[in-house]
Amino acid sequence: MSAVAAAPARRSLDRDAWIARVAIAALAIALIVTVALPLYAMLSRGLESKSGAFVGFANYVAYFTTPGVGRAVVNSLVIALASTVVTVSVAFAFAYGLTRSHMPCKGVLKAVALAPLLAPSLLPGIALVYLFGKQGILKSLMFGQDIYGPIGILLGEVFYCFPAAILILSTALSLSDQRLHDAAVSLGASRWRIFRTVTLPGARYGLISACFVVFTLAITDFGVPKVIGGWYDVLAIDVYKQVVGQQDFQKGAVVSALLLLPAALAFTADFFVRRRQVALLSARSVAFRPRPERVRDGLLFIFCAAVALAILTVLLTAAGASFVKFWPYNLDLWLGHYDFNNKDGGGWRAYYNSVEMALWTATCGTAVVFLGAYLSEKSNLFAAGRATIRFLAMIPMAVPGLVLGLAYIFFFNDPANPLNVLYRTMAILVISTIVHFYTVAHLTAVTALKQMDPEFEAAGASLGVPWYTTFRRVTVPVAMPAVLDISIYLFVSAMTTVSAVVFLYAPSTALASIAVLNMDDAGDIAPAAAMAMMIVYTSGAVRLLHWLATRGLARRSQAWRGR
Amino acid sequence: MLRFAGLVMPSSKPFYLRVAGIGKRFGDTVALKDVSLSVNQGELVCFLGPSGCGKTTLLRVIAGLEPQDAGRIERGGRDISFLPAARRDFGIVFQSYALFPNLTVADNVSYGLSRRRLGRAGIAAKVEELLEMVGLSGIGERYPAQLSGGQQQRVALARALAPAPGLLLLDEPLSALDARVRGRLRQQIKALQRRLGVTTIMVTHDQEEALTLADRIAVMNHGMIEQVGTPLEIYRRPVSRFVADFVGVMNVLDATATGGMVHIGTRALRLLDDIAPTGPVHLCIRPEDVVVRGVGAATANAVPVRIETLEFTGPFFRAILRLDGGEAPLVADLSINDVSDLALAAGQAVTVALPPDRLRLYPREA
Repeated sequence: MSAVAAAPARRSLDRDAWIARVAIAALAIALIVTVALPLYAMLSRGLESKSGAFVGFANYVAYFTTPGVGRAVVNSLVIALASTVVTVSVAFAFAYGLTRSHMPCKGVLKAVALAPLLAPSLLPGIALVYLFGKQGILKSLMFGQDIYGPIGILLGEVFYCFPAAILILSTALSLSDQRLHDAAVSLGASRWRIFRTVTLPGARYGLISACFVVFTLAITDFGVPKVIGGWYDVLAIDVYKQVVGQQDFQKGAVVSALLLLPAALAFTADFFVRRRQVALLSARSVAFRPRPERVRDGLLFIFCAAVALAILTVLLTAAGASFVKFWPYNLDLWLGHYDFNNKDGGGWRAYYNSVEMALWTATCGTAVVFLGAYLSEKSNLFAAGRATIRFLAMIPMAVPGLVLGLAYIFFFNDPANPLNVLYRTMAILVISTIVHFYTVAHLTAVTALKQMDPEFEAAGASLGVPWYTTFRRVTVPVAMPAVLDISIYLFVSAMTTVSAVVFLYAPSTALASIAVLNMDDAGDIAPAAAMAMMIVYTSGAVRLLHWLATRGLARRSQAWRGR
Repeated sequence: MLRFAGLVMPSSKPFYLRVAGIGKRFGDTVALKDVSLSVNQGELVCFLGPSGCGKTTLLRVIAGLEPQDAGRIERGGRDISFLPAARRDFGIVFQSYALFPNLTVADNVSYGLSRRRLGRAGIAAKVEELLEMVGLSGIGERYPAQLSGGQQQRVALARALAPAPGLLLLDEPLSALDARVRGRLRQQIKALQRRLGVTTIMVTHDQEEALTLADRIAVMNHGMIEQVGTPLEIYRRPVSRFVADFVGVMNVLDATATGGMVHIGTRALRLLDDIAPTGPVHLCIRPEDVVVRGVGAATANAVPVRIETLEFTGPFFRAILRLDGGEAPLVADLSINDVSDLALAAGQAVTVALPPDRLRLYPREA
């Protein structure tokens, strides 16, 4: 039976191992260049004087002795804590309604709750100005308080952070064992006691995780306070002012390092909390099925509908303001605000740039992320290279966009760096965006790969088939839903992001989100709202396409995915 | 022991595969310790042992899926210790089958076949031939998820055999199936292996599977091979207390041996030869070797006992016997005829014989 394998085939199989090693090395080097080295450049710049001499922590001392700095730190912490408390409480009740009740319209409510993902964080600021600003239609609700300041920032951050909290908490709450509830009920426990002893402990890690994520998002967000912050200084705005306004890169690096601190702490804590969350659901668990209960379902529905209405109000206000002549005085339909070419900020070119950038990010990013996750999880060659990929893939989660953007300036704008040809090109925008959103995409890919039979690769190899053939014929088709999820995540994130790219764009590569920022800065609020809505329409349309594609895929692969 | 000469192979039964001094650690755990074994051309060898004994690790090392820390693997006299799995020319059936869910049965089976060499029609013909061989003709267009466990197992077998491998490796191939399917598939695998004459190594924790299927069995424990032999040798002449206990049912009694005799309680039993160990020993005898019919005063090793319980199991009665003065009970399997002819019942006193040629002794730590 033997003596079939021919000699040439054998040589090519040695080559296959080398292809894997080279691919691992290339990805590891790419991550070192785009993650590790820029961060190092940024942190080391904070320890240098303007002329480049090492000065230790002198810049930090100088920064903290500047009058008013303590206030920005305190303000940032207050805003982040308040946003965390409000967002997580509202999101918990909302997610509880989605997962543990029998209320109607769950699909629509969940879609609305996740809608803020489609918008740049500048949008809630603009909409809040229209609603509660000096000419706002709901100004009376402010009772004489000014929307420009902490109240506005808080409302905007809650809108912006809400989907992230919903995603984490509804996952945590849906992982519940029916048998525990049955046991509690049969032991005669009251409803409140079941909630306290079964529901809350089960969702404990989800709650902690949501708090960390929202805190990090809120303290590092720059869009909301930029639009609606007024006189209220926060750290994220400080970085922008130091670098873009005063061209003080050393001070910018110092503030960036400070911003890195809470995010890195939250990330580390979250990492350890997640590690302790071991298999809440075993293979034998029975999925929780809520039973109808009229009073509870009714109350939860009223609450969730009110929250959804608030989210829709923000989105529709921005949409409405962009379509009428002069909100709220002249409500005639008018498309003039969409005539971006007559405004500063980049015009329609900026919009097309954004779409182009998002397409590159989604295609290249998905390919790199998925291949990287595959090689780091499934290969057994070049262990050091794989460890590097795994480690550096987790870092971007802890790095706020502003910090990443600044780090890229320091690294890629260095005349001594041969890579500085990338500076002020579309390529650097794509690279920075892929890196900015790398971790979530990587974890999505890893989760999908881990669910696959670990012997697929061994089976392919034992049949003498090169790894990249098994990757193409088996791994990618089986993981296609995850691949689509990653690409849509990267596309929408690229459309809406503003924080990293704000430091990296050139006039010819201005993006839609940056045009929103600049038009708002110049007082063209209605065109800014119009451009923000262009982003929402585009992300929404692509989401719809993704949904249709996923459904089509599910139908086509029904034959083999069914159990 | 056969002498293994580097280049010259004994022509009658050449070694196909030889592993020597294989060692493997996972962190602080020793998975394999100095494992050596030879597999003859066309032979079916079973690795048998409890879970965690290293049998699957040894299979993966042979397959090239797990690098060994020490030792050497040869195929037909050629060193393949560091050859990647894809170049070893071994077909593997995995415990999970690892069928590709998105490919049809036909595409799964033809996965390792070269389209360039065989052509489209050649592949189709080969796939049909392989599926027929495992008794599954006509299901080529279905997906693995649409098949029963037993069918999936046979597809995995067809896929592994497709490239005509020199060695077939089976990792617990029947463990995921229910008992009846398992019994039927066991016979199919055996017949197929005989027909193709493909050298096969199978990992199992099921002793019945190993005893019925294997030409030779390697019993493993704690990362070492305890004994290699034919099923009959393993069953009749286990070399260690572990093998005796693991394969089949075995009475293990504490006893003391002196030259040619073994003492249990106040009683002395005769042994067949005097090379057995002396001092504290485990005295072992299989339940079916306890003789109850035709035992007289002159019969060697006649022992008076009392029947404590008598349990009907179907093919035979299982009796728990209590020796006079012996503390441990003795299990005996008695045929239905013996029980009815001798009118045996629980509580009765009888004399049984423990034939000298059926007694096994293993050293015991006092």
